[in-house]
Amino acid sequence: MTALAIAGLSKAFGGLQVTRGVDLAVAPGERRLIIGPNGAGKTTLFNLITGELTPDSGSIALFGQDITRVPSRRRPHLGMARTYQIITLFAHDTIVHNVSLALLGLTPMRWNPLIDMKRQGHIVERARAALERVGLAHIAERPLAQTSYGERRRVEIAMALAQNPRLLLLDEPFAGLSIDERRDVHNCLMAIPRDVTIVMIEHNMDVALEFAERITLLHFGEVIVEGNRAEVVADPRTREVYLGH
Amino acid sequence: MNRIVNARLTALAVAFIALITVPHWVPGVYYINVASQILFYAIFALGLNVLVGHAGLVSLGHAGLFGIAAYATGFMLQAGYGHLPATVMALVLGLVAMSAYAVLSLRSTGIGFIMITLAIGEILWGLAYRWISLTGGDNGISLHGRPSPFGFDVNSASGFYYMSLTVFLAAVATVSIFVRSPLGAALRGTRDQPRRMNALGYHVWAIRFWACLFSGLLTAVSGILFVYYTQFISPQTLALTSSAEVLLMVISGGAGTLFGPIVGAALVVIVKSVVSGFIERWNMLLGAIFVAIVILMPEGLVPGSTRLWRLAMKKIAAPAKSAPRPTEAKP
Repeated sequence: MTALAIAGLSKAFGGLQVTRGVDLAVAPGERRLIIGPNGAGKTTLFNLITGELTPDSGSIALFGQDITRVPSRRRPHLGMARTYQIITLFAHDTIVHNVSLALLGLTPMRWNPLIDMKRQGHIVERARAALERVGLAHIAERPLAQTSYGERRRVEIAMALAQNPRLLLLDEPFAGLSIDERRDVHNCLMAIPRDVTIVMIEHNMDVALEFAERITLLHFGEVIVEGNRAEVVADPRTREVYLGH
Repeated sequence: MNRIVNARLTALAVAFIALITVPHWVPGVYYINVASQILFYAIFALGLNVLVGHAGLVSLGHAGLFGIAAYATGFMLQAGYGHLPATVMALVLGLVAMSAYAVLSLRSTGIGFIMITLAIGEILWGLAYRWISLTGGDNGISLHGRPSPFGFDVNSASGFYYMSLTVFLAAVATVSIFVRSPLGAALRGTRDQPRRMNALGYHVWAIRFWACLFSGLLTAVSGILFVYYTQFISPQTLALTSSAEVLLMVISGGAGTLFGPIVGAALVVIVKSVVSGFIERWNMLLGAIFVAIVILMPEGLVPGSTRLWRLAMKKIAAPAKSAPRPTEAKP
């Protein structure tokens, strides 16, 4: 069984075809890197996988279950979590509240209008545990507005990990980070256990190639190269569209 | 931290004592009635604040919902039903109307939401104004007599005030519980990052719908209190100016806060009912106050005052910290 199986996935915005018959099979526990030049359709592919966009044709299966028509809000309940290229957090709240919201999203408690959220110790404990995994437990009570860009990236990852996903989609997790911050995020990702399958979009090839086992190169919405690190780097098409001559 | 909590508890205790003793210290029946108006408009503002402050959805049609509950009470009493069935029917109709209002308006957010709610509000006002066989048109509907809940006479100004105060305190407690709850946190999440909330597994539309129902319930409650207070309901109550007025209460007091809408309601009602007796162009004064609030405290009176208070305390504390310590005198 594959963790993520995509077959013939296509999407067009008016006359602009952004995804063209994409086929992708990611094995359980695999670390897959999606690369491609700007405008290749990488984030659109993520948005199709998470259901934020509806495909024109094709299918998506998560651990054997067809989720092509499953609403995007239901997909996290099936074990899919994602981070965003542009950090999307709750700026007015504390770090631990951000992670608590992620945890709450998967429980029926999210509909409860009567209990005091701050008194739900088990939620806060689990949120702290998720923050511990990304090395932010010591600043859990800090308002998000008082954190650095790199710390926010790690909060995003903590929110995704808190949901205990089977498939984690990371959209450019190293974008805009300093060398130190990049190392911190890299360590967080390396520590994620193998029962979580990871698909990552990344432009920073040094970090990404070290992390990924298999690589898919997208160009104009199409998969043009796929293989392990050595195969993809050695492929002349990769050099032509992405790495440069 | 403890000092802040103590200061808050003291302020709340003082406010509570002040509220329950209003009929004893305000000068006359007129001012007791003004206090009653502040209370039921505060409930209305609290209801609107659920949408404006916590959901980020600015409604310009809430007066229509307020009016539906008021008219429903009037119809039921005119038809010969008692006060309890009239009140229950008004609440039910208010919620049903809010459901339809939410289904139509939640198709959009931002400007789209404002325009849909404005349109619905205008349709409801138009119906009240033109459907004369049902609403009496401009002549409105008059009520005769007020209820006596649990044998408590509310025909006097102070009796009605205490009934309004009881309902008001219940409304404040309910809103306070709601905003601290997981659903309240989720609602604020949909206000700040709806896309992220969806990706976290929340049903953004449904959360907003429940918020609309809660807002509609508070609006209906205030509409019932209003119609019992005035014992009259006419299309003017449903007009756009009424919706704008309650929105002004929320924004001027501080949207998204618990006490902001209450302070905003007090401000608007006092300017309308008290200051208007001394200043002919009270509308102008209200406008000037609003402009001043927007310039000096864009976040509203309550959070703005809190900010200024903290700033002042910091400035007072700063010289004390930086002052040199007195040297110990040698024996």
